[in-house]
Amino acid sequence: MNPFSSGTRLRDMIRAIRACKTAAEERGVVRKECAAIRAAVSENDQEYRHRNLAKLMFIHMLGYPTHFGQMECLKLIASAGFPEKRIGYLGLMLLLDERQEVLMLVTNSLKQDLNHTNQYIVGLALCALGNICSAEMARDLAPEVERLLQFRDPNIRKKAALCSIRIIKKVPDLAENFTNPAASLLKEKHHGVLITGLQLCTDLCKASEEALEYFRKKCTEGVVKVLKDIANSPYAPEYDISGITDPFLHIRLLRFLRILGQGDADASDCMNDILAQVATKTESNKNAGNAILYECVETIMSIEDNSGLRVLAINILGRFLSNRDNNIRYVALNMLMKAITVDTQAVQRHRATILECVKDSDASIRKRALELVFLLVNDSNVKPLTKELIEYLEVSDQEFKGDLTAKICSIVEKFSTDKIWYIDQMLKVLSEAGNFVKDEVWHALIVVISNASNLHGYTVRSLCKAVQTSGEQESLVRVAVWCIGEYGEMLVNSTGMLDIEEPITVTESDAVDVIEIAIKRHTSDLTTRAMCLSALLKLSSRFPACSQRIKDIIIQYKGSLVLELQQRSIEFNSIIEKHHNIRSLLVERMPVLDEATYNGRRAGSLPGTASASNGAALNLPNGVAKPPAAPLVDLLDLSSDDVPTPSPSGGDFLQDLLGVDLSPASSQSGTIQAQKSGTDVLLDLLSIGTPPARSSSSTSDILSSIQDNKTSSGTLERLSSPSALSAQSSSPAGGSPIMDLLDGFAPNLATQENNGPSYPSIVAFESSSLKLMFNFSKSPGNPQATTIQATFTNKSTNIFTDFIFQAAVPKFLQLHLDPASSNTLPASGNESITQDLRVTNSQHGKKSLVMRIRIAYKANSKDVLEEGQINNFPRGL
Amino acid sequence: IRFILLQNRQGKTRLAKYYIPLEESEKHKVEYEVHRLVVNRDPKFTNFVEFRTHKVIYRRYAGLFFSLCVDMTDNELAYLESIHLFVEILDHFFSNVCELDLVFNFHKVYLILDEFILAGELQETSKRAIIERMGELEKLE
Repeated sequence: MNPFSSGTRLRDMIRAIRACKTAAEERGVVRKECAAIRAAVSENDQEYRHRNLAKLMFIHMLGYPTHFGQMECLKLIASAGFPEKRIGYLGLMLLLDERQEVLMLVTNSLKQDLNHTNQYIVGLALCALGNICSAEMARDLAPEVERLLQFRDPNIRKKAALCSIRIIKKVPDLAENFTNPAASLLKEKHHGVLITGLQLCTDLCKASEEALEYFRKKCTEGVVKVLKDIANSPYAPEYDISGITDPFLHIRLLRFLRILGQGDADASDCMNDILAQVATKTESNKNAGNAILYECVETIMSIEDNSGLRVLAINILGRFLSNRDNNIRYVALNMLMKAITVDTQAVQRHRATILECVKDSDASIRKRALELVFLLVNDSNVKPLTKELIEYLEVSDQEFKGDLTAKICSIVEKFSTDKIWYIDQMLKVLSEAGNFVKDEVWHALIVVISNASNLHGYTVRSLCKAVQTSGEQESLVRVAVWCIGEYGEMLVNSTGMLDIEEPITVTESDAVDVIEIAIKRHTSDLTTRAMCLSALLKLSSRFPACSQRIKDIIIQYKGSLVLELQQRSIEFNSIIEKHHNIRSLLVERMPVLDEATYNGRRAGSLPGTASASNGAALNLPNGVAKPPAAPLVDLLDLSSDDVPTPSPSGGDFLQDLLGVDLSPASSQSGTIQAQKSGTDVLLDLLSIGTPPARSSSSTSDILSSIQDNKTSSGTLERLSSPSALSAQSSSPAGGSPIMDLLDGFAPNLATQENNGPSYPSIVAFESSSLKLMFNFSKSPGNPQATTIQATFTNKSTNIFTDFIFQAAVPKFLQLHLDPASSNTLPASGNESITQDLRVTNSQHGKKSLVMRIRIAYKANSKDVLEEGQINNFPRGL
Repeated sequence: IRFILLQNRQGKTRLAKYYIPLEESEKHKVEYEVHRLVVNRDPKFTNFVEFRTHKVIYRRYAGLFFSLCVDMTDNELAYLESIHLFVEILDHFFSNVCELDLVFNFHKVYLILDEFILAGELQETSKRAIIERMGELEKLE
């Protein structure tokens, strides 16, 4: 006989499966059984149906798919006998869940069973309903369940109560129906019904405000009385657990009282006595007692203020904290976090113990303790606490380090009283766990460093020392590299020594060494290397003696496969070689990064400046947008200045203003508009006399930094097209082929679209030596956008070379500059330079265009700069 | 209570009761993760572990791990007691229960569990009451 026919008993099948030695064997057995069961299902075999389902459930528990059994469940539920129904419901609960549509088919059977005469069957139905009903089923069957709440048999009543909980969770509107019957449940004597009734009432209170009010008024005293009874009751063997009668009931009662008392002074008053009694009288040497105490403490903490009780509660917590049992300590730490809001002083007393817990070997306790410590930190204890935490950082294990570092950093930032302490602590953290430190943190550090001008020397020296010992921490290296670049000469000249420092001698080449090591290290990532290149450029200007060596290092990256490095290397190289005159200007000390703005920005509030026109980005290879992932670091500027553009672009905080900005122009101008309210003031490009409000963010463009030594910080919307940059760099002496690429100007005149309304040309600007004319055209489809063709004519007899045109517009405009046709303007108007601009006016129709321009060129080997404002744009552009 | 798991040391699930809807594959993942969490804990550590956004309260009896997943706001110590109560009931019912009993009589174990916990909440706290009821149910078979 086939050993696997449907006649196989459940035991035998289980035995057979367990006897299999290998997984393949087991699969074979299971497959045969499934086949037999499937055959029986299709034959509609009555006799062994429930046995087959039991087998199916076992197979399901082993992890095999058993969908074909679902209909069998339904058939079994529909049959008349109790055993079949039982297996049917069991199968239902195991194989199905509320999201399956098959469940709807059961609703009818459930309804019938809920009204069955046999109370065990009713019980089965309630059980199934309570475990897996869906919202529609709940709605359908709610009235039945409500009725059953008052059934004569307590077993049914308690099942009905729990079932109602689920119904209310699924359909909160039905809560009102259940309020009354639930209240009557609270008067029961039977513990099971009482517990379930309490649970139902608790959930009702959570679901509906009126229920809460109702219970508060009517039931509070009743519940208090029940608790009193049970707390004082004599030994009852049935419910006794380690000497306490029914601790579960205690706990439920306490929890219900908590909900009733929260926010309501009267109710809280009622409970005070009994809470005090429970808190003092309960024995706490067993887990059951502790559980009750825990719940009691939680209740005391949540209800309205009663200082006597609170003191009691905190004492209990203190006892818990010193208990040897880990569970108890964990629970105590949890509670203390809530207690802090109530009474900080008391918790502070336990600070030492809590600190010990941070070092505990159990991960759960460590985590809780750390969070608690974080909440405990205030101005007076921040220094010793931080010291402890940092010491622990050194020995903690990897997963914990991340958390710990984040917490230490936030503590240090929030509570640092003086800058030197802040810098010290951050340095220690970076040396230990720099790799876990998030970007914002070291950005913030740089901001603080740049603001603490008296500490520059100290900082750079400490960093130098630190990086020699802990060079593998990325963030540390980055901060160090930046500082050495900025304050290199302080390092070498040992300026600004503080009393606590020991003198060290660092030569120029030592400094360059540090950076060289950083850049060569194979673990350094793109950002670090890019920063190193920038720092080297700065050093080449500050330490002219090392210039050649620096140049050699930089040149090695000319052929780098990473675009950013290649670009920097080439550009810097050309600056070092050819542009000595502006080099020192370029690498002037960074303007102080304003902390307030930085913090505000970090909070995401300021969108920021930067090139509204990303025109720069578009046409030229050096402006090619980078993959958003790489933090774009500007040539000279490293941090904070730039806009953390709102998420569209990935919100990277360090963004290159120089036209490698990734964010869509529109979002920026839109946000900028939103941010700066009101003024239509034309923001000056490279403004001389910046409006004070905007002194904070500095642009970090090469061009703007030229101005930086004249003004505080430029920013704003400037548009320097990279054509300007390439104009500089592509000075005649043929550079490398790559340089020529950077040259990038195919006379790229945009085709004039002459359709659409035409506007008269204007003479935008005229001086004694230069004339600028604008021709306008609009495309018909887009009234907001205007294409302007700018024509520059040389009125003097000198040839103008290195001709650069720049323009700035207010926020409601967006400007995009195309490369100019050439940057040499022959004399006396023999030829002109043309350049196309595209302006988009978001306030088209309401405001007309205005623009401020600046033109720079060389005439007779003299640098000339002309500026002006153009107000005479035709209306309607 | 979100779910209850009974697993042995090798990771085989002897009992799995879910009070929240989960897909099959998710259930397996959950079982695997909980097992990994629980089996590696030193006995000196607390019986509570954080699991995703909830807590798992577990206890080891011989070769079986009883794990309960509850919300963050629940009283852990109370659930620890309830695990113990459940084990006592099983012990009483099967007379010195062992893992094999649970395997061969899994449907009965489910029934006992359903008498003890319903819809994720405790239903009955009296051992005697539950055993009595099981007796009545057996008679009907």
